[in-house]
Amino acid sequence: MVEYWWFIVSLLGAILVFMMFVQGGQTLIYAVGKTEPEQTLVVNTLGRKWELTFTTLATFGGAIFAAFPLFYSTSFGGAYAAWMLLLLCFILQAISYQFRTKVGNILGKRTYEVFLLINGLLGTVLLGVVVGTFFTGAPFSVEKGNLMQLGGSGHLVISSWRSPWLGLEALANPINVALGLAVFFLARTLGLIYFAGYIDNENIITRCRKLLLRNAMLFVLLFVFALVAVLLKDGAAVDATTGKAYMEPYKYLHNLLAMPHVLVLLLLGVVLLLLAIAKVYLYKNAQGRKSHFWLAAFGTACVVLSLLLCAGYNHTAFYPSTYNLQDSLTIYNSSSSPFTLKVMAVASIIIPFVVGYIAYVWHAMSRKKISLEEVEQDEHSY
Amino acid sequence: MEAVLTWSRLQFALTACFHWLFVPLTIGLLVMIAVMETLYVWRGQEHWKRTAKFWMNVFAINFAVGVASGLILEFEFGTNWSNYSWFVGDIFGAPLAIEGMLAFFMESVFIAVMFFGWDKVSKRFHLTATWLTALGATISALWILVANAWMQSPVGMVFNPDTVRHEMASFWEVLFSPVAMNKFLHTITSCYVLSAVVVIGVCAWFLLKKKEQDMAKRSMLIAAIFGLLGSALVIFTGDKSAQLVAQRQPMKLAAMEGLYDGGYGVGLVAVGVLRPDKKANDVQDPFIAKVQIPDFLSWLCFRDADAFVPGINNILQGGYEAKDKTGHTYITLPVAERIQRGKVAINALAEYTQAGAAGDTLAQRKARAILDNNFEHFGYGYFDKPEQAIPNVALTFYSFHIMVILGGFFVVLFFVVLWLLYKKKVERYRWLLYVFLWSVPLSYLASQSGWIAAEVGRQPWVIQDLMPSMAAISKLELHTVQLTFFIFLFMFTVLLAIELSIMFKQIKKMAK
Repeated sequence: MVEYWWFIVSLLGAILVFMMFVQGGQTLIYAVGKTEPEQTLVVNTLGRKWELTFTTLATFGGAIFAAFPLFYSTSFGGAYAAWMLLLLCFILQAISYQFRTKVGNILGKRTYEVFLLINGLLGTVLLGVVVGTFFTGAPFSVEKGNLMQLGGSGHLVISSWRSPWLGLEALANPINVALGLAVFFLARTLGLIYFAGYIDNENIITRCRKLLLRNAMLFVLLFVFALVAVLLKDGAAVDATTGKAYMEPYKYLHNLLAMPHVLVLLLLGVVLLLLAIAKVYLYKNAQGRKSHFWLAAFGTACVVLSLLLCAGYNHTAFYPSTYNLQDSLTIYNSSSSPFTLKVMAVASIIIPFVVGYIAYVWHAMSRKKISLEEVEQDEHSY
Repeated sequence: MEAVLTWSRLQFALTACFHWLFVPLTIGLLVMIAVMETLYVWRGQEHWKRTAKFWMNVFAINFAVGVASGLILEFEFGTNWSNYSWFVGDIFGAPLAIEGMLAFFMESVFIAVMFFGWDKVSKRFHLTATWLTALGATISALWILVANAWMQSPVGMVFNPDTVRHEMASFWEVLFSPVAMNKFLHTITSCYVLSAVVVIGVCAWFLLKKKEQDMAKRSMLIAAIFGLLGSALVIFTGDKSAQLVAQRQPMKLAAMEGLYDGGYGVGLVAVGVLRPDKKANDVQDPFIAKVQIPDFLSWLCFRDADAFVPGINNILQGGYEAKDKTGHTYITLPVAERIQRGKVAINALAEYTQAGAAGDTLAQRKARAILDNNFEHFGYGYFDKPEQAIPNVALTFYSFHIMVILGGFFVVLFFVVLWLLYKKKVERYRWLLYVFLWSVPLSYLASQSGWIAAEVGRQPWVIQDLMPSMAAISKLELHTVQLTFFIFLFMFTVLLAIELSIMFKQIKKMAK
């Protein structure tokens, strides 16, 4: 059951990362749209999808809370500054679409576009950095006995963060930063592929293809650097019988070799993603193709899923503590009770159904590509 | 630590109140919009489509801010209530996750169809999408209210000393707990009432301006019927709620009524002014002035006009007969005694853990027995003195009474609207239209007051009798929490100003 839920949470994380094309797109409003109507078109193309990304984030949070509550309480309560920044930038996003062109919005259109830009930058980078800490660790301690400290001598809190930077210290680690930036450029790449496939406007598509190569190359460079660094570094392993944690050289490389299906998933993801990028770049038709986006999305999901599985499976601590290795969180010591996991597993049967109607609605709503005329005529456009 | 607790509570209260400024209207308005669109599809009358579309615009502005603040609330459980997240995450997390899977996606997917799908999908599919959005909003409220109800009346779980947390034992018991079901219905229907008052208020403005009068009257009719139905359910569930609170949270009930010294055949305070310097166990009358309905509180809570209702002092002193949720009669313990037993339970848990680490199973078994015997008092062990078990009486009392009085006022309002519409002279009484208009802020006041009564009244508990708020927080520095509090305060104030500005402009635009 625990493995199942790590898979579900990883899957949600994977979907969340590819849905971050919305965030990536938000950082490209001015690069892709050169006139005001074009910019409005770009914003509206993203505006049809932002709620889905947002919902995925909320569900991802809920699923972690429900399945791995000790991670929730330790990371959120500890890396307070990092998570708060992430939350704040998502508030900015949620209101910006609705408020952008409304009369009486006080701050003016530009401000909301800047908000979208901030969300696109911070949202992706911070999320990547958080994923980075699954491999590089974080400075926390967990002491359940604290809850029984009566008499005011100690504090009652189980999880403590051991850095005054409250999560921002993760930015000092090059692997985290590389992963954060990799997610940022990946999101931009996906955003460009999305625009190319879903917008009916030749100028925009041409610009997207031009911008694609630069962003994709930066992504690939950063990603390869982070991946190689992770595979070569020591990782927190857990002894299956004693439950004691220890540092194992090349732990993540070993994990991939020990779980060939995860390795295949990773390679498949990389190939599909690169293929999608190449296809969009080389496709000379005036119109883009939606299938390119799905190829890229699927590839991205495979890559992220494989990385998260590599971080949690095969007796690995998915959240290593750099303060006290023995406090590291594994999917076993941080999970909910078997009963709760079972209940939620039953509830999770509806996931394919949910995915089904999302797919249906997505398809029904984008049968016709979005154009300048449509946005102009739509009284509800953002 | 005391200060961190206060600021953490303030931050959560701020986020929750802000969230609740937007959510009730979206929940209620969506149903009305769906009804309007159904009329359009069913009868093919274009004017219903126009009416539905207008209210959709009002809805849209509210929705974005509601969603944004909701995300913060969800994550604040982890960021500011770290201990809580672990201690009860096994139960609390599941409804939240299911909410995400089941309801959030439904809402966010079909909302896009609702706004942008008019020309992309068929009429019927669009209508289905609107209803599904409304359903999604309602189901999301269900799960979060189940979680909240569980905190007020924890059921369906066992404490696991090995993991130091509560673990779910029965999902159905958690979901179908009477408190959960009642809370859900009470809250949802109160959203209907609020939305109905808002729609009536906005329509009154149109009538005052002599603009869009047909649309205004049409919307008013739907709203008044909807509001009246909602009110009936609000009253019914509110009554049930009184009984549940009396049984499971007697201290909250005492605070809601400003009742210090209980007794048999206790009256209900209809309106009253509390004495600000009143303390538990002093001889002062808690009220400076009050109007009371004799015996009514006893009847309301126990369906017996002579029943015993404990006041704050009675609860502190204990020794009276009470019934637990299974209907079993028992003699209550003094809070001081519960504090002692709670400490025994907490210490037994510590011994259990230590014995476990040392591999001493005999000592572990002994500690376990002591823990089990005293577990129902566990949370009390964190208190130093009995008075800590008393919530803020004034805030609870006033907010509760504001809610009830305004709730009654809205019933009258809906009747008046219906009568005037029936007599076809709603636009004639301009002063009444002003009353309708100014009822809009009152509906928000009522709605917020309801939550304040529910949440302040259950203090000092995050989980009734099991975990006091002081044991639930994260380990954070005071200035950190203060900083985020003020960031949120600033942000929320700006957002509220923008949202109101856009809303007023939108409505005015319609009137042109």
